[in-house]
Amino acid sequence: MNRETSPFRTPSTGASPTPKHASLTASTNLRYSLTRKSIYDRHLNRTKTSELSKSAFAFLFGEMVQHAQKKVYGVQDLEKKLNQHGYAVGQRFLELLLWRDGRTAKRETRILGILQFISHSLYRAIFQKAADTLEKVRENEDEYMISDNDPLVNAYVSVPKEMSQLNCGAFIAGIIEAVLDGHCFPAKVTAHTAPSELWPGRTVFLIKFEPDVLEREALRVGG
Amino acid sequence: MAGSSTSYYFVIIGTKDNPLYEAEFGTFKQGGDGVPKFREEQRHMNQFIAHSSLDCIEDLQWASKEMYLKAVDKFNNTWVSCFLTGGNIKLLLVHDARSDEPIRQFFTDVYDMYCKTLMNPFYEVNMAIRSQIFKAAAKKYL
Repeated sequence: MNRETSPFRTPSTGASPTPKHASLTASTNLRYSLTRKSIYDRHLNRTKTSELSKSAFAFLFGEMVQHAQKKVYGVQDLEKKLNQHGYAVGQRFLELLLWRDGRTAKRETRILGILQFISHSLYRAIFQKAADTLEKVRENEDEYMISDNDPLVNAYVSVPKEMSQLNCGAFIAGIIEAVLDGHCFPAKVTAHTAPSELWPGRTVFLIKFEPDVLEREALRVGG
Repeated sequence: MAGSSTSYYFVIIGTKDNPLYEAEFGTFKQGGDGVPKFREEQRHMNQFIAHSSLDCIEDLQWASKEMYLKAVDKFNNTWVSCFLTGGNIKLLLVHDARSDEPIRQFFTDVYDMYCKTLMNPFYEVNMAIRSQIFKAAAKKYL
């Protein structure tokens, strides 16, 4: 069931859409039609239910990791790069999701609300399943964790020993960060490998909010 | 100033309070031709009015979960309506008669087009928008 919805695909392929090839091979396919020319004529829900094969996604993602690796000097740098790629996806996906909700769309104004939006609505829209857990870090007021037992992006990734710190889930972390930023909850999101006996690939996304987010939240509770 | 002389000033504000898109147009209702009929001194006032409403919006956005905040500010006879997207992009319309529902429809259409703009991999958040397509939405509802 781990398949991709295709809006996810558009931004993640980066800046190389291939309208010419597409319109040459198929007269009217899902993505491009001959009769309508501009991007404004294409309905945003056209690809809502269509899916991308897991192997195609894995290929694209693998290429993206390789591409990112060429220009970096270490694991942290690489994760930052992946995070940025995810960020661009997240910014777009957030608006698209809310647009699809139509008149019932709500902006989340509370920390818990936005975290639930991410671990349920957003996660389901991208991966067709909700995130596995959403927890608060007990020691720190400003930290939350979202965990995924078997993240799709890591399905075919085997990290070499010398880069053991790396978790390509940084890409998803970037998406989460963009959604939080979009709703004015600036935060740092990082991906960490946290294997359990049952799930060796379990990944935890650690969300650390900026201090002013908590300040604002406290004010709202008071007033 | 109601009737055929109704004019609108529409602006999209980015996350850093930077304008992304700006347009003036007149009403298309009651035989209007869509040409804005702002007096010359009113045109720059519109920008001030829109800008000053940003503070109001920042207060209101935490009190409501709605994206359409309706009329958020008023200056003399001029109203400011706001639609706030999930990514904190503000769609502002400065107008001289209160009418929530047509403006909601207008904003919904613009939001649709903004999303499409955003899906373009060559467009990034907070980049200026040059397409004139947004005026088409005005033609339908205002």
